Amino acid sequence: MSLPNITLISYGYFEKDLLEKTAEAVIQEFQCSVGVKEGHMDLSEFYDPTRRQYNGNALLKLVDCLAIPDSLKTLGLFNVDLFIPILTFIFGQAYLGGNTGIASLYRLSNKRYGISGDDRFLAERCIKEVIHELGHTFGLIHCPNPTCVMRSSTYVEDIDQKNQNLCNKCRDEYISLTGL
Amino acid sequence: MAKKISILIVDDEESVRDSLYNWFIEDGFRVDCAENAKKALTILESDQFDIILADIKMPGMDGLEMLRRIKSIKPDSIVIVMTAFATVDTAVKALKDGAYDYVTKPFDPDDLTHLIRNATKQISLADENENLKKKVISLENVEDLIGKSEAMKDVLREIESVAQTNSSVIITGESGTGKELVARAIHANSPRKYFPFVSVHCGALTESLLESELFGHEKGAFTGAMYNRKGRFEMADSGSIFLDEIATISTKMQVELLRVLESKTFMRVGGNKEISSDFRVICATNKDLKNMVENGTFREDLFYRLNVVNIQIPPLRDRKEDIPSLVDYFIKKYCTSMNKPPATIDSAALKRIQEFNFPGNIRELENMIERAIVVGNGKKIGLQDLPLEKTFVSSSAESLDDFEKAFVLQILNKYNWNISRTAKALKVDRVTLYNKIKKYDLKLADQR
Repeated sequence: MSLPNITLISYGYFEKDLLEKTAEAVIQEFQCSVGVKEGHMDLSEFYDPTRRQYNGNALLKLVDCLAIPDSLKTLGLFNVDLFIPILTFIFGQAYLGGNTGIASLYRLSNKRYGISGDDRFLAERCIKEVIHELGHTFGLIHCPNPTCVMRSSTYVEDIDQKNQNLCNKCRDEYISLTGL
Repeated sequence: MAKKISILIVDDEESVRDSLYNWFIEDGFRVDCAENAKKALTILESDQFDIILADIKMPGMDGLEMLRRIKSIKPDSIVIVMTAFATVDTAVKALKDGAYDYVTKPFDPDDLTHLIRNATKQISLADENENLKKKVISLENVEDLIGKSEAMKDVLREIESVAQTNSSVIITGESGTGKELVARAIHANSPRKYFPFVSVHCGALTESLLESELFGHEKGAFTGAMYNRKGRFEMADSGSIFLDEIATISTKMQVELLRVLESKTFMRVGGNKEISSDFRVICATNKDLKNMVENGTFREDLFYRLNVVNIQIPPLRDRKEDIPSLVDYFIKKYCTSMNKPPATIDSAALKRIQEFNFPGNIRELENMIERAIVVGNGKKIGLQDLPLEKTFVSSSAESLDDFEKAFVLQILNKYNWNISRTAKALKVDRVTLYNKIKKYDLKLADQR
């Protein structure tokens, strides 16, 4: 029996190593096969000049429209600053119990906060953010467990404090929701 | 399990509604949306929401007007107003009209998380407070005052009328009649019920200890005063203080007590700061205070200060019709506390209890039932489970004949109407016993 497939689509330039590490972590966490693809789109139409950010809602809708039909879940990876109308920024978002999510590396890098860059941190944060948004697509909601990857994070420090895995409660919930 | 918090989002912009909806759904909240104030009010007519997040600038009815309407229907609703046009004036206006908080769009994700977390905390505190209030009411319920006799009805009427006032009350009655229970009932039915009920047993403390107990003390006021300590009057602030066995306090304490009652201010032992406390005084005694005043052992001025209302609790022997319901109450109470199946009492045992004059009043009856449940078979309390034989004196015996009748019956019951054994116990012959049975028309309990 073939494993259900998750597709990660990168929009913009990403280190190959980073994408591979992320895919490996997703395979391990969700026990699915993962395909990594390069996507191309003109992001300028999602740019809001007054906020100097990209509209996360509109991007999520488009990624959903472009989702690979055979793929169980699709996650768009971006390198731009995302916002939704009500919030100043977001790391990513997803349709709860849907098929699609998006995440951005823009605010995950140390450089963004005036600290010297660290690829290890960036990779860890990227993995956690991707697993978190994919968790939402599987129907998981935010978890109060401080070490669970489904814990809500509003700052990178919050992301650093949690693990890249589902806690036992979320793991059980994932199994009961998906039967995987 | 924790209650699932519900949020209603009211905003005319679809993108805002969708963003907030997705954000809150991911947090596990129950969420609904309305595109204008009118629709929100319609939703609120049929559904309840813990938090309402409303935009101020909306076509038609604005958020502030909606806030006022929601507050007039449900004053404890948590409404958070949001707007893209931040001005101090609108913020102040919204808060004055009862908004829980005010946020400017777009929010920082962390601000939104904190705002909702604080609102959720407030909701759970309000729920907890409500539940605790219910518990307080159920714990201090007048239902604990059992009795349908006229005497008890009078007491209940007096409790009800005095509870709403701030007047001092003296509760008099024999030991074991339930004076503290009456004091608690007065407190539980008064506007002070959500504040402390502080009980002090004056008779159990020496003069110096009582002084420190009532007024508190400062660190170093006496040997062993290691810390500052609040006194009972201070603890009873906004509530009631119950001074049991008030007749036992010394003359010096009577003077100090009078001063505190007059001014509602006092100083801790060893302290020099005047402390004021708003308390209501309820006292109890089994002594005749008026007689003590006449004898000069209780201050007249204190007596009149305390004796604004006097509630006299009748002894149990004067309200025997309450005994069956009291027995039922104590059986249920002890069967529950001892994890035993509900027991009953046989009619002969109940009759015997009703004949007893209970010098220790309800306390004695309660102990008697507790003992019967401990030593009994757990199903039915019988005569053999009651410790009445040794102390039995028929209260209805007004003549020697009455006494003899009751006594012979008691011994007959004790030996299950075995004539030989009863005669031997009474040190009379069988013929004499038969004559007594005939004379007093004595019959087995079941045959009556």
